[in-house]
Amino acid sequence: MTIEFKTPDEIEKQLHQVQIVAENVMRPESRMLDDSEHARPLNFVHMMWPQMREMERANLEASLRRARNGSDSDNGAKPKSDEPKKPRTANLSLVHMIEMLSWGDAGVYLCIPSSALAGAAIQAVGTPEQKERFLRRFTEGEPKWGAMAMTEPQAGSDTSNIQTSAVFDEETNEWVLNGQKIFCTGGKLAYAESDGLIVVWATVDKSAGRAGMKPFVVEAGTPGLKIVKVEDKLGIRASDTASFVLDNCRVPADNLLGESGAKSGGETKGFKGAMRTFDATRPIVAASAIGIGRAAFEFARDTLAKQGVRMDYESPRWKLTTVQADLLDMEIQLCQAWLLTVKATAMLDSGDDNKLMASMCKVKAGKAVTVITQKAVELLGPLGYSTQTLAEKWMRDAKINDIYEGTGQINTLIVAREILGYTRKELK
Amino acid sequence: MYSFDMTSEQKMLVDTVHRYAEKMLRAAYREAEESAAAPAGTIRTGWELGLLPAGIDAEYGGYGEYSALTSALYLEELGWGDVGISLHLLSPNLFALPVALFGDNEQKAAWLPRFTEADFPKATAALVEPVYQFDPNALATTAEREGDSYTIQGVKIYVPLAQNAEVFLVYAQEKNRTQAFIVPAETPGVQVAERVVMMGAHALPVYTVNFNGVTVPAGNRLGGARGIRMNRLLTVSRISAAALAVGQARAAYEYAVKYAKEREAFGEPIAHRQSIAFMLANMAIEIEGVRLQVWEAAWRYDNREDASKLAMLAKQAADKMVLEVTDNAVQVLGGHGYIREHPVELWLRNGRGFAMWDGLIIG
Repeated sequence: MTIEFKTPDEIEKQLHQVQIVAENVMRPESRMLDDSEHARPLNFVHMMWPQMREMERANLEASLRRARNGSDSDNGAKPKSDEPKKPRTANLSLVHMIEMLSWGDAGVYLCIPSSALAGAAIQAVGTPEQKERFLRRFTEGEPKWGAMAMTEPQAGSDTSNIQTSAVFDEETNEWVLNGQKIFCTGGKLAYAESDGLIVVWATVDKSAGRAGMKPFVVEAGTPGLKIVKVEDKLGIRASDTASFVLDNCRVPADNLLGESGAKSGGETKGFKGAMRTFDATRPIVAASAIGIGRAAFEFARDTLAKQGVRMDYESPRWKLTTVQADLLDMEIQLCQAWLLTVKATAMLDSGDDNKLMASMCKVKAGKAVTVITQKAVELLGPLGYSTQTLAEKWMRDAKINDIYEGTGQINTLIVAREILGYTRKELK
Repeated sequence: MYSFDMTSEQKMLVDTVHRYAEKMLRAAYREAEESAAAPAGTIRTGWELGLLPAGIDAEYGGYGEYSALTSALYLEELGWGDVGISLHLLSPNLFALPVALFGDNEQKAAWLPRFTEADFPKATAALVEPVYQFDPNALATTAEREGDSYTIQGVKIYVPLAQNAEVFLVYAQEKNRTQAFIVPAETPGVQVAERVVMMGAHALPVYTVNFNGVTVPAGNRLGGARGIRMNRLLTVSRISAAALAVGQARAAYEYAVKYAKEREAFGEPIAHRQSIAFMLANMAIEIEGVRLQVWEAAWRYDNREDASKLAMLAKQAADKMVLEVTDNAVQVLGGHGYIREHPVELWLRNGRGFAMWDGLIIG
């Protein structure tokens, strides 16, 4: 092995195409979709679907192939020594793409038709049969969405406090779900506007805490699930953020993800599975954050350059104007966040434990782009604060990245526990 | 591809340098700081590691090709061990590496073999000037050509090991560009003046040196007619300095982690509190962020890409990070951090130095 910082050519090529979409499909509708909050970015959806379908197919086939070859799941598997040595780049390619899409428009990117977080959960803990049954739909037909529902009104960061219950009905061989979920990204698209699905986290045993939490697949249109609200938000307004109620929502026994022979669900990977999903999704959120940050930085830099303020990469710091120094700091933060994200992703691709790096990149990116986009508005002055440019929108969009997929504080806590070797009891 | 694993050769080298840092630098750092001198044995052993010759062409007696990345990897270990003694150990690089980078064949042949021998070379460089706001691209020291020679006029501070130096590489302004000149110590007009005491890194003796109408043959202009490209040199220097800073920060971070897990207050280790644990977590994140910046800049330099921008970004990030991390380490130790029994106060003083050492560290 060797230390290397080269974007693979295939990814460069893909990126080039994504950039064309970002520039020509996403940016022109950015302001409009922010203004009309619940409108769907249909041009983008239909343009991306064929490509996403192919990606989903490749992921599914690769995962099934690995299952046949005896390795256990998508994210944690080291390649067998007799397999070809070509390094996996699936996640690396994904974060590059998402960075560029979010550079285009983060809210619109979140409407990308794909299995999304549901896919990540199914890939992480699902059996090969479940992967086939639930993920095949994303490789064919009309655009579809997947969503994941974890958060509840009284359970945000404290996911162990989840109240949604799953009770097994012996007679019908079904799980009966009851409860309420909020902040479900793509929930309405997945359940009501396509033939998609939602992975719902519910507890089979409240007294068991985290150990009782299990992921269940609720397919589009299943009776008993009702979308009650779509949130109005600070930013990423094009994204669909749904609340729903589960009222005796029945799903087949087999919709409990994992080896679900035991009716208690005791044998599934449950909560640990959810946590492992985060190892894959936190770098993705970081990448999305960085895309927005880069958009804001580049816009501020290029706009100010026209005003005669140029980047100076040579002079000592004391020779820079404060605006030049601010721009330099913004670029430094972007560089660091991106490198941490790439490292977390490369580790994921090569099957190394990336929990620490995944949280590190998320903390860094969330904080960095919050500051970068706020700074961009400031540096651009009255026009930056106005809706005549996208700077103010990027600032609103960026903020979510320090919140979802684990707030900056939760991820800092994870980093702290990891570096100190502490349990949740030792470091609350 | 993107990958973050060292080659096995790099790993071996880093292990070796780490052992040296642990056994020799960590054993000597406090006394070296208080007595303001690096122990001769520590320098000798450090020189025997052969770090500099590894970056000099075989043609001149070295055994390698310079790699900014490999250097960055072991510089982190040196910085982890002790910045002051390491700067002493790295002083000859300030002469040798610019010669290797920009020297014409004659200059390389004349000087580089001296850096591949058993004895610690008595060569250094004079760059920094006694001003409040220093810019290596706008020097007050001047070099003027008259016929076949150059006359150098100016004052330098922070000239490492000047007292014993046999030869200086002197940076001077020539027609608005920074150029470098090889100046033997015995040249008339060279006057080594008082030792300058810095806030930290006392193990590195630095001096004021006056160059009063010092005349050298035109052939002593580094790089001959082509001269040097200061920003290329600064790129290498910034990568090196940032790598050393990462090592210094890592030392402070590790020390603070250990302390916070041992020190009890209100019945439990202080690391059990988020106010302390979060500081430590953020230190870890900042260090890793800068480390990756350093590696990327170094990798691009080695691959002959223009790394000047990335090196600048890495250096600026490192300057800020190392100060923050070492300051936080003192803070985590509280009152004890302020006492010289613990190393963190020294590390904070060292940490402040990096922003002022532009061009003064080349590894």
